[in-house]
Amino acid sequence: MLRKLLIGTALASGLAFAAHAEDVKEVQMLHWWTSGGEAAALNVLKGDLAKEGYAWKDVPVAGGGGDAAMTALKAMVAAGNYPTASQMLGYTVLDYAAAGVMGDLTETAKKEGWDKSVPAALQKFSVYDGKWVAAPVNVHSVNWLWINKAVLDKIGGTEPKTFDDFVALLDKAKAAGVIPLALGGQNWQEATMFDSVVLSTGGPEFYKKAFNDLDDASLKSDTMKKSFDNLAKLVTYVDPNFSGRDWNLATAMVIKGDALVQVMGDWAKGEFNAAKKTPGTDFLCYRFPGTDGSVIYNSDMFGMFNVPDDRKAAQVALATATLSKSFQSAFNVVKGSVPARTDVPDTDFDACGKKGIADLKAANEGGTLFGSLAQGYGAPPAVANAYKDVVSKFVHGQIKTSDEAVTELVKAIDDAK
Amino acid sequence: MSTVATSQIKLTPERPRASVRSHLQDALPKIVLAPSFAITIVFVYGFILWTVYLSFTNSKTFPSYVITGSRAYQRLWGWTFDTDPPSSWYTSITNMGIFGFLYIAICLALGLFLAILLDQKIRGEGVLRPIYLYPMALSFIVTGVAWKWFLDPGLGLEQTLHQWGWTSFHFDWIKNKDFVIYTVVIAGVWQASGFIMAMFLAGLRGIDGEIMKAAQIDGATTFQLYRRIVIPLLRPIFLSAFIVLAHLAIKSYDLVVALTSGGPGGSAWLPSNFMYEYTFKRNEMAVGSASAVIMLMTIVAIIVPYLYSELREKPR
Repeated sequence: MLRKLLIGTALASGLAFAAHAEDVKEVQMLHWWTSGGEAAALNVLKGDLAKEGYAWKDVPVAGGGGDAAMTALKAMVAAGNYPTASQMLGYTVLDYAAAGVMGDLTETAKKEGWDKSVPAALQKFSVYDGKWVAAPVNVHSVNWLWINKAVLDKIGGTEPKTFDDFVALLDKAKAAGVIPLALGGQNWQEATMFDSVVLSTGGPEFYKKAFNDLDDASLKSDTMKKSFDNLAKLVTYVDPNFSGRDWNLATAMVIKGDALVQVMGDWAKGEFNAAKKTPGTDFLCYRFPGTDGSVIYNSDMFGMFNVPDDRKAAQVALATATLSKSFQSAFNVVKGSVPARTDVPDTDFDACGKKGIADLKAANEGGTLFGSLAQGYGAPPAVANAYKDVVSKFVHGQIKTSDEAVTELVKAIDDAK
Repeated sequence: MSTVATSQIKLTPERPRASVRSHLQDALPKIVLAPSFAITIVFVYGFILWTVYLSFTNSKTFPSYVITGSRAYQRLWGWTFDTDPPSSWYTSITNMGIFGFLYIAICLALGLFLAILLDQKIRGEGVLRPIYLYPMALSFIVTGVAWKWFLDPGLGLEQTLHQWGWTSFHFDWIKNKDFVIYTVVIAGVWQASGFIMAMFLAGLRGIDGEIMKAAQIDGATTFQLYRRIVIPLLRPIFLSAFIVLAHLAIKSYDLVVALTSGGPGGSAWLPSNFMYEYTFKRNEMAVGSASAVIMLMTIVAIIVPYLYSELREKPR
């Protein structure tokens, strides 16, 4: 296995090397947005750049997920052959910036006024050491409920405002014979749901302390224990076959009306859109009960590498186009997320998108915009994955009580720090 | 390979007419093999050494070259005894033990059994043999996905039997943290046992019929025939099959991913999954490298004594 990987890495770097001699009117982009909706959204950007005379060149990555892309990127950077930009998530940007391979877009940022329009919480990841190193493309938020309206009407439910309301609603669904909660039993989905549970149980202050500041006292507090108890309560409402299910299959259960609700980030809306469902009439988007007014986010960024001077103009053009209002609107309407700058008009967005934009603005102003720990925006990957391990082991029964879960969480996070 | 390239070019004094051409002929195989030998040295053994080196650094996202001691190994050692709740490393190594033992044992037993049955001069052997052999032609990913659907209680076997009316049937190993590793064994055995059968069949065909006849004349029963004569004669095949299976078992990464996505709460991890997760997803390259080194040591500890004992007896 190791041999394969190493040889693969070497081959990848060889390929990257072969692609070296390029002309300056070209943007080399490494990304993993290949599925229908995502590719369509990206075509908007390609069109914008073509108008300015820049050709678009995808850096090919074998395999669909972000992992393969990140491995390829590592090999390219190690070989000293940087793409113009790469799709990146959270701490990865900072890791590469610390390694000194990122470019500097501060001038462009000043000219375009990114400092004011991009939420401060996002700038934590796009600005390193005072320099702009990445252009945020969108903001996803994860504390959403996605509800099938027909099922909700059938069981006579209403929007749950508190966690207890939510449990009562799930009980109603259970009594009516539908699967109350659609969940995919993969560690990141379980942890993504737990992010919302913690915010709901402990409130914004607590979430920030525990999951962004990694404060020991908060992590081992009774509130955290209560959060695990609440998670255990939610898990009693999933169907027996949930383990290992992909997130989009869980969304499909809600779309088809087999299940009432899914707790998932707003990328789930893409699935509803693809199934030709309309927000408000076919499905409903509510904030996770008890988290209204706060937003747990993650964000896709285009990390900008320190390319040779003759490729810098193309890079600036790419960054400017990425954060232009027109692209931010057009892209995010398709992608299901909301713009990464708060001054983009919401006219083209659907009801859920409008709510998302308003919530993001309010959270940004009120200081309740928090990075999702499960999605790698709360703490570095080592910690985030240790957290996902603990949550997943708790959901699947390797960790039996909430007491034990809290102990394990503190231990795992300390060990990974 | 190493013997070819490292052995010196021999002059041939008994033929004084030896020209440049015959020298060249002598050297040609070595020249042709040299590039692949160099590639193997660098990309296999070179990178093994590099991995060992990295495991003693504090490499995170990127390799760092300052030796900082054996903290990575200390962490792994600590996790080895974290049994309740099981640490990911403990899960990985116990799974390796369960999977490795069952996979090798069942493949050998089943392969031998099928080979003996097919060796009974039955009609249609030409059709049956490829049917058993064919799964080996599939990649682990295909095997994994196919078995994932087949074993999924909501899609595959259980659902089908429920539709046929056997509603009490229950088989949810793939969703069960305690049994999911056995589904990996099932899929792995399905894929490899046909190939092992083919190896044994070739071995059986190579056994001298005279020996069998002599034994039968001496009044040996069929069971005794196989127990005392055939199976001992197949010993070299057991060695080859064991080595093929052992390395397949150690490097099964894709099967676990495709079949179980890691299992409920990571309960289906093997050390290779652990290594990939830590190196590339968690940016703990030192820990990942240390686990890779331990995997290598384990396989060396198993294979080398076995090879030694088997190969030493050859020049009897």
